[in-house]
Amino acid sequence: MQVRRTPKTYDVCIIGSGASGGTAAKVLTEGGLSVALLEAGPPLVPETDFKEHVWPYDLPHRGAGVGGRANQGLNDEFLAPNGAWEIEGEPYVSAPGSTFRWFRSRIVGGRTNHWGRIALRMAPVDFKVRSHDGMGDDWPISYNDVAPYYDKVESYIGVFGTKENIPSAPDGIFLPPPKPRCTETIIKKACDKLNILCVPSRLAILTQPHNGRAACHYCAQCGRGCLTASNFSSSQVMIPPAEKTGRFTLITGAMARELVVNKEGKVESVSYVDKATREERRVHARAFVVAASACESARLLLNSKSTLFPDGLANSSGVVGRYLMDTVGSSGGGYFPALERMPAHNHDGVGGMHLYMPWWKFDRKNDFLRGYHTEFGGGRGMPGVGNYHDLCDQFEGYGSALKQECKKKYGTYIGFAGRGEMIPNENCYCEIDPAAVDQWGIPVLRFHWKWSDNEIKMAKDMQETYREIVEAAGGMYITPKLAHETNPYGIEAGGMIIHEVGVVRMGEHPATSALNQYCQAHDVKNLFVTDGACFVTNADKNPTLTIMALTWRASDYLLDQAKKGNL
Amino acid sequence: MSLSRRDILKSLTMTAVTGSVLRVIPLEAAAYAHRMVQAEKAAAEDQVYAPKYFSPHAYKTLQALCQSIIPSDDDAKGAIEAGAPEFIDLITSENQDYQLALGGGLMWLDNTCVDRYGKVYLDCTPAQQKEILDLVAYRKNAKQDPSLGQGVEFFALLRKLTADGYFTSEIGIAYLGYIGNTFVKEFPGCPPVPGL
Repeated sequence: MQVRRTPKTYDVCIIGSGASGGTAAKVLTEGGLSVALLEAGPPLVPETDFKEHVWPYDLPHRGAGVGGRANQGLNDEFLAPNGAWEIEGEPYVSAPGSTFRWFRSRIVGGRTNHWGRIALRMAPVDFKVRSHDGMGDDWPISYNDVAPYYDKVESYIGVFGTKENIPSAPDGIFLPPPKPRCTETIIKKACDKLNILCVPSRLAILTQPHNGRAACHYCAQCGRGCLTASNFSSSQVMIPPAEKTGRFTLITGAMARELVVNKEGKVESVSYVDKATREERRVHARAFVVAASACESARLLLNSKSTLFPDGLANSSGVVGRYLMDTVGSSGGGYFPALERMPAHNHDGVGGMHLYMPWWKFDRKNDFLRGYHTEFGGGRGMPGVGNYHDLCDQFEGYGSALKQECKKKYGTYIGFAGRGEMIPNENCYCEIDPAAVDQWGIPVLRFHWKWSDNEIKMAKDMQETYREIVEAAGGMYITPKLAHETNPYGIEAGGMIIHEVGVVRMGEHPATSALNQYCQAHDVKNLFVTDGACFVTNADKNPTLTIMALTWRASDYLLDQAKKGNL
Repeated sequence: MSLSRRDILKSLTMTAVTGSVLRVIPLEAAAYAHRMVQAEKAAAEDQVYAPKYFSPHAYKTLQALCQSIIPSDDDAKGAIEAGAPEFIDLITSENQDYQLALGGGLMWLDNTCVDRYGKVYLDCTPAQQKEILDLVAYRKNAKQDPSLGQGVEFFALLRKLTADGYFTSEIGIAYLGYIGNTFVKEFPGCPPVPGL
């Protein structure tokens, strides 16, 4: 098989088109550089891929998918192409005794197509955890280094919220928030009673026209693709301005296999498999931005072995694949009889919560270190496949009584999802599986995972809190999760919250980190890893906003270095 | 020949918001596309469904069971009118687990009715049908009489799939009183709820 070489040398080659790759593409092309971007999946085509406003009864399978597979978690009929837990021909492995789930999006825009648009800034203390409580490590940067970039990202993409002056949840540049839904109103009241903070959420959804995009029209269907791009996705908001510069080349169906280094130890090209032809191709560039999603980025580095870099590229420290973190997740919910009296009304709102609970116990001693925030939702949403399975099993029977029960209980459930900070530990990492390859011949990842006591205690606190809130709001807590279960207190398996980060971490010292504070590899000057892989800790904040801010910062630095001729 | 939804959306996305480099469409245009979806749906109605998986007899039994699970009553039409049997037949034709559980379950029901009443379910009297449904509709009955176990499992699955089919239909969604999946300029928030 011949290896084709693209004769052109780009200024920068970006691998991945999600939150990080898209941001890098916009900033670098607008800064004057020529950019080629490799995306492992197909282009996103809104007119055919989006399902917005389609009713379940307009779909051949009512949203259940072929053979009812939505019930097995593949919701590909009802939703826009967002990603999947399993990709045919592209496996990953959990080591014996470990369970790790890996959600991947092979499509332009990557996981921003799936993102809940929850856009939370990390707090100052989140960057300096070791100084604060002695566990984990401090970032080589502080909140003040990142704040200007949070400003830039929020100003460009549009985030709604309110200024609250909460130490654990720094304010940003916000559009006005939408009004609370009924469900949120009653939970807010209960939280006020319990002195739990409950404030407007912060989502990357427009409540006003913004930078050429229309305001949200409140159909609550962000997950089905937004034709007006009123919610953020990299494919609709970051990639188009890059294309407009005329300096951008998007190569889809391109599965990066290896970063190839020259004798001087710089990356000279990326070797990729063109999925359509199964041929090996290369893109040459002066600098490389790896943004393939944290674990995919680690995989690419670990698979890029050479005599200069026998343990994988940029891995002289041995940290690549280590410090794997996800978010601590535990959920519960309640039934609220009062909501049976809620009149029929449009309860949709934006495609996400209008209120949330930031971490509120930051000023006291808790049973565990760090904190969590809480996302919640429920009410009179669009009915869908699976909505009544639990009720059917509990109520049983048949006939008008069952039918009436479904109507009576419609919209009376509110669910709570805790999202907490995990402290990295030596049992959580990924590595190249010694035996398995994917269908492109690329060695796959093997994951190791174990929660520590701190996370379990945090999950316990979530459960206690949600019961307290539900009961204070006049509801019945119906999903208690207990200590003796396989997943104590309902703690989700590693990877399930889809916040995996940390596997190519930044730091001051080349011996204990792979990247400097600008996401530039200590070992390889023209290599940057800008996605969640660079995280030192995984605060309770959803990582996407921080990924974009760090990428913007790294891209500014890269532009500056390019101007100085340092790459 | 009417324009398809795809054609409309394609033309809309090509005439994007003036002054924007983004591939997005204005609110009014998207609202128009949304109405087209509705119109297309209306045009496609009134076609007779030919079962893809179940035999004619099994399908009739399936229809009868679906309608018993969610009947037509004074409040709203039932599972048949809502297309639940079509939905169940379609996904069963694509899923071997459902073929076993539902195809086999329907045979279990007929066999059991023959044992008990000397005729298949559809030929039983309404009282006999009620008697057997009252048995398979509750798990506690299988605890007392283990020979009902398979019937109870079958009925539990069918109940869930019927609910899926019913509450994803226009009839079922209207019955619940869901209002939304549409364009509103401002989100109005929560109306007064009695007692809140």
